[in-house]
Amino acid sequence: MSTAPLQRKVEEFLAVHDPSTTDRLEFLRARYDEGLAWVHYPVGRGGLGLAQELQSEVERLFVEAGAPDNKPGHNVIGLGMAAPTILEFGTEEQKNRFLRPLWTGEEIWCQLFSEPGAGSDLANVSTRARRDGDEWVVSGQKVWTSGAQNARFAILLARTDPDEPKHLGLTYFLCDMTDPGVEVRPLRQITGEAEFNEVFLTDVRIPGSQRLGEVGQGWKVANATLNNERISIGKGADREGGMIGVVAQTWRRRPELHTPELHDRLLRLWVEAEVSRLTGARLRQKLAHGQPGPEGSAMKLSFARIAQELSGLELELLGEQGLHYSDWTLVRPDHVDFTGRDAGYRYLRAKGNSIEGGTSEILRNIVAERVLGLPGEHRVDKDLPWKEIAK
Amino acid sequence: MSELDLLYTEIEEDLRSSVRDLLADRCELDAVTRIYDGDRSLVDGLWKSLVDIGLAGLLVPEDRGGQGASAREAAVVLEELGRTAAPVPFLTSSVIATTALLDSDTALLEQLATGERVAALAVPWSAAPDAQLPAVRLEGDRLTGTVTSVAGAIEADVLLVATGSGLYAVDVSAVTVKPLVCLDMTRQLADVTLDGATGALVLVDAEPAVRRALDAGAALMASEQLGLSRWCLETTVAYLQVRKQFGRVLGGFQALKHRLADLYTGVESGAAAARHAAATSAEGDPDATVAASIAQAYLSDLAVRAAEEAVQLHGGIGMTWEHPAHLYLKRAKSDQIALGTPGRHRVRLGALVDLRP
Ligand SMILES: Cc1cc2nc3c(=O)[nH]c(=O)nc-3n(C[C@H](O)[C@H](O)[C@H](O)COP(=O)(O)OP(=O)(O)OC[C@H]3O[C@@H](n4cnc5c(N)ncnc54)[C@H](O)[C@@H]3O)c2cc1C
Repeated sequence: MSTAPLQRKVEEFLAVHDPSTTDRLEFLRARYDEGLAWVHYPVGRGGLGLAQELQSEVERLFVEAGAPDNKPGHNVIGLGMAAPTILEFGTEEQKNRFLRPLWTGEEIWCQLFSEPGAGSDLANVSTRARRDGDEWVVSGQKVWTSGAQNARFAILLARTDPDEPKHLGLTYFLCDMTDPGVEVRPLRQITGEAEFNEVFLTDVRIPGSQRLGEVGQGWKVANATLNNERISIGKGADREGGMIGVVAQTWRRRPELHTPELHDRLLRLWVEAEVSRLTGARLRQKLAHGQPGPEGSAMKLSFARIAQELSGLELELLGEQGLHYSDWTLVRPDHVDFTGRDAGYRYLRAKGNSIEGGTSEILRNIVAERVLGLPGEHRVDKDLPWKEIAK
Repeated sequence: MSELDLLYTEIEEDLRSSVRDLLADRCELDAVTRIYDGDRSLVDGLWKSLVDIGLAGLLVPEDRGGQGASAREAAVVLEELGRTAAPVPFLTSSVIATTALLDSDTALLEQLATGERVAALAVPWSAAPDAQLPAVRLEGDRLTGTVTSVAGAIEADVLLVATGSGLYAVDVSAVTVKPLVCLDMTRQLADVTLDGATGALVLVDAEPAVRRALDAGAALMASEQLGLSRWCLETTVAYLQVRKQFGRVLGGFQALKHRLADLYTGVESGAAAARHAAATSAEGDPDATVAASIAQAYLSDLAVRAAEEAVQLHGGIGMTWEHPAHLYLKRAKSDQIALGTPGRHRVRLGALVDLRP
């Protein structure tokens, strides 16, 4: 299907479901059922099995019609990571249960992967899941869990077999955050906000039907999630979308702050941001029908560096005003906007871009090893049973 | 809005493999190196074989004797030429001079398409698309003036000379072409002196044609720079996969892995910028000028970095005359200055996208 019939389909949908009179949730659910949620998803799963590039056209038409959206900024992990992983590895029952309320935003998701002892070395997670009849009983501590305070479900990586080497003893679960064994404690970050949390899991009971993929296959499933995470973090929009747009607008608004040195730096970063946007577009064309691979890591590397340099440049440009900060109050935000708030916030928040979703150092290792085929890092613990690794 | 295709079509891939095969056969790097010692015997035969597969007329419409292809295909050819630092006048004659003549009804265009003649635009190779053009005076029907550092003049038999009252085609026999010793001898420059030379008027309005030609050159040289960068990356990765020190393969050291990962990231980004410049140029997209400057601002520095990394990461052998890395370093550094430096293109972009000093 090209744009014209798709456009007709959206128009027909809007004719039946008038956004100005239809209840918001009812509208979103109907949009999902019509296959207009994410058109690259399969029929029956909110999509039409079309190319992903067509999605932006659909979004544009809904925006023009004044339709309510599913507030994608509030469910970044759900939409960008949980959904594609469930689609790839889930049973029919799991896809039926989870995808629709995830897309409509009725159920927000978070990611219970990182632990105090398992960051870059994610395969080292020690949260234990033990089988108990048809259920799993999970205990352990997770950390840096963004949005856990708002989440109804989590994607969870846990150890099911400590006798296996670390990559082989992991299993992937879909965890109900309302289970009484789940405790979420805010962790304040350098911006003053508590966007992420510590999550303590104590005998959390997960039904066997919420295991995603096979027992022991958790590493493979988690990698699918991470590849999607890296590409969703690096996602671009139109020219001057994202951080460059904010800084370019400041530049245009404040000619009295210009200096030749800042001008050259701004233009260098403008070029880099534009090239990075094109690189994203090109990568999406490559991946139009496949799954994201390690190439997305290269894009996330550029994205993080450019966002950090731009936000730093903006503070210098603002000069005296760059010495100020809007608000240090501890709040627990219901969504994250990298380009939101004030310049000081943007500068500090951008520091996380090279840590979250795999640090830039780890991404360089991935590119070097999986794309360029260079030898792996020296790994002393790779083949040992996990329980024998020095902690 | 339909997004421009930033990948390669099947036809483009076919074209690439035929050019690559031909270059593997006809453009040995040792022979390219010998150009620096004055042995240019490679050049004519190589150019003739490119002409034989129709490359000289790629951008010329079919009804004027060319292939009627677009900037997208020319860009793919340039990627391959960049991979071998090929010493042929494709960019100068088949892209830049040809583009300058697209609005002219001169028979010269047909002759360029068939490779019967080779042309060069008489501007300094360092000139950006928005640079001041050289002052050649027209007195009666005689042309007088000097244009320094012209690329492609040595290979050309006709020069395109811009004056305030038109673009002239001037036979090289009517001018003095003085070859220069250059940093990049694979695209050797020459000073051109016109001392009352006669020429044929091919276009009344020279300036827009010259600017359009230089813009096309800037847009498409990015693909040459991309091909060059890819060669440097691939060759360096391959070397570090086998070269051992400290009892292990050097490519396993993280300091080097990270440098190569960064270079790969740059090359992939460069591919997007170069394809975008080629695609907008092919479509006559209103964004083509911006795209050309973005591509030059990005790929000029990328190619230099790729070549400098290739030299450094080969160690001592990278410093030798014998290893081809220096051919790419010299080409990359010259390309960086050619058709406007990256800084010059950034300033131009500042005006084009309303980010003023
Ligand atoms: C804002 C933010 C939000 C986050 N949200 C979530 C979330 O929602 N869910 C979740 O599960 N996690 C989340 N994370 C966690 C994130 O994935 C980890 O912080 C990250 O993987 C790094 O792990 P670490 O903090 O343990 O650092 P470490 O792994 O201890 O790394 C410390 C330093 O050493 C470097 N390093 C580590 N190993 C190597 C190596 N082999 N070679 C070279 N250098 C190396 C790292 O790059 C880093 O600079 C978030 C993090 C941030 C900052």
